[in-house]
Amino acid sequence: MLKISGLKVKLEEEDKQILKGVDLEVGAGQVHAIMGPNGSGKSTLSYVLSGRDGYEVTEGSAELEGVDLLDMEPEERAAAGLFLAFQYPVEIPGVGNMTFLRTAYNAQRKARGEEEASAAEFLKIVREKAKDLKIDAEMLKRPVNVGFSGGEKKRNEILQMAVLEPKMCILDETDSGLDVDAMKLVSDGVNALRNEGRSFLVITHYQRLLDHITPDVVHIMANGRIVKSGGPELALEVEKNGYADLMDEVQ
Amino acid sequence: MALAQAKSDATEARLSGMQIPEGGAGWARAARQDALDRLTGMGLPQRRDEYWRFTNPAEFLKPETPRAEIALDAPGFDDTDVLRVVFTDGVFDAEASDALSQEGLEIERFADAVTKHIHWIKGLLGVLETAGQDRVDRPFATFNTAFAEDGVVLRATGKVSKPVHVEYRRSDDTAEAVLRHMVRVEDGAELTLLESGVGASRLNTGLEVDIADRGVFHHVRMQGRDHERRAATHVFARLGEESTFKSFTLSLNGMMTRNEVIITLKGDDAVAHVAGAALGDGRDFHHDDTVFITHDAVNCESRQVFKKVLRNGATGVFQGKILVQPDAQKTDGYQISQSLLLDEDANFLAKPELEIYADDVQCSHGSTSGAIDETALFYLKSRGIPEDKAQDLLVLAFVAEALAEIEDEDLAETLRTQLAGWLERRR
Ligand SMILES: Nc1ncnc2c1ncn2[C@@H]1O[C@H](COP(=O)(O)OP(=O)(O)O)[C@@H](O)[C@H]1O
Ligand SMILES: [Mg+2]
Repeated sequence: MLKISGLKVKLEEEDKQILKGVDLEVGAGQVHAIMGPNGSGKSTLSYVLSGRDGYEVTEGSAELEGVDLLDMEPEERAAAGLFLAFQYPVEIPGVGNMTFLRTAYNAQRKARGEEEASAAEFLKIVREKAKDLKIDAEMLKRPVNVGFSGGEKKRNEILQMAVLEPKMCILDETDSGLDVDAMKLVSDGVNALRNEGRSFLVITHYQRLLDHITPDVVHIMANGRIVKSGGPELALEVEKNGYADLMDEVQ
Repeated sequence: MALAQAKSDATEARLSGMQIPEGGAGWARAARQDALDRLTGMGLPQRRDEYWRFTNPAEFLKPETPRAEIALDAPGFDDTDVLRVVFTDGVFDAEASDALSQEGLEIERFADAVTKHIHWIKGLLGVLETAGQDRVDRPFATFNTAFAEDGVVLRATGKVSKPVHVEYRRSDDTAEAVLRHMVRVEDGAELTLLESGVGASRLNTGLEVDIADRGVFHHVRMQGRDHERRAATHVFARLGEESTFKSFTLSLNGMMTRNEVIITLKGDDAVAHVAGAALGDGRDFHHDDTVFITHDAVNCESRQVFKKVLRNGATGVFQGKILVQPDAQKTDGYQISQSLLLDEDANFLAKPELEIYADDVQCSHGSTSGAIDETALFYLKSRGIPEDKAQDLLVLAFVAEALAEIEDEDLAETLRTQLAGWLERRR
């Protein structure tokens, strides 16, 4: 599904190398987790994959189902099936959440040559998915993420994911700032979307999310590289011993 | 004081061959003559005048009316049930208008009202305009008092159910129109006035609104989409006790637009809101909002909310003043003017002013100018929304605060649709 090879990325504005050769392959239907200390480049990887400005790819490639991602505009990547749940969802005053969702949904359908949904049809789709995530109608009417609590913002990201039905979902610290109940809602939401055609890359700082969303593979990222990969037990190891031990071992 | 030579030359050139309208009752002739005298005394504006530094008055000074292409699809208020009053090339168009009759309302042509020896506008024509010259000359308003021949005269005596819609039309590409509308809202009465259409190659409108105690007046105006519009407009309002005045203008394109609003809160507990959104594309676009609000009574509220979206060398100007007189305690004054610059070529010039002589006053003002929020733009694009569409959403969001000032949701929706259309067409 997603194939990243030798990806090196620096900041566009300064001479700072952030990703120093990332290799990663996520198969269809798989869930991979990336863990790693703050500042190791996890968010940068997610931004580069989704096409944010400010980064320069100096080497390597990233493909979604064999198609070069790095050449596409962000909206084209989305239409091709890529989705990033932001670590810090953006507040957009004045744009209603529902308008935002419907515009995105229809833009993607249009880009893929599919029929756009009417307001009524779309409302039905959203209501159903919102209910599962305990997102009430009031939250749909409000401007995008404005005045939302941390947990509400994260649930709103998962709602967008559920509505847009991407193939490749990247979740950047979706668990941070969530209490136990919200964590349960979010992971139930993710698990409900798991199927053989859809893959996940779950970036997390903590092991606890992986109790709910069991990964197939766990990668440890440090200093712009993936330094170790293994099964779910790797996450437990990190939880127990911290990153320091692991780093020593890698060195 | 003698006028500077350049100013008196320009004034003379502009007024040469112009005469105040013939006929009319004695009081009307006197008011017009008085205006003409005042006008020659103050002179037409020059770039160096304090309130013309950001806006070049040259287009309004040319003795010859400039030729302007006639725009085909001027937006109107097609979905609203209105009493339609049409002016074609600046003259009342009976054929295109509805019958001038409506419950709770006296309505007639200005051209008729000025011929009557006894008429309530006798006590109002030029009165608010003259008072509005107290601190700053507003020569094009005085010009309007002197030369306007037609317009609509409205006196609301009850809650008027249908809005009066003044629609400007053009058939002549060098039409010059000078129109004067007079409004009196009686104690407890309510009236909504709508304006739209292309008007003229060069349009000068004046609106004097006198609102008695507890009266309510709403004004919603659409200017556009004529690209070569040159318009100088003035709205003068005087508010009685517990009265309400709300005015909103949406301006799309146009070449040179100067909208002045001059409001005096005369009765206690009155409320005045004035807002506008202007969207312009291109180096030949210049839009100027100049507002002057005087608090002259206790416990009044005033609000100014102005938004401008500019690209491609377009220029936006905001000059807004709140003046609080010594006795106007418990004044609540708010002013915000913001511009969204869609590229580096666009210009926004703002001059906010507060002048406060009372001590128990709450006044705030702010002016900002900024580019589109790149983080928000990326967020929208990352969800599959193409760049131009994402930008449109952010533009609509930006002007939403101004549109929220329109009380009637259906009218607001009409304007939102016009805006969306403008964005779709890219101008
Ligand atoms: N736009 C940026 N400007 C400056 N530094 C950046 C920028 N983006 C990332 N960095 C730096 O790159 C490194 C990796 O950051 P990030 O990808 O956010 O790490 P993580 O998500 O693993 O915590 C950090 O040192 C961070 O300060
Ligand atoms: Mg991060």
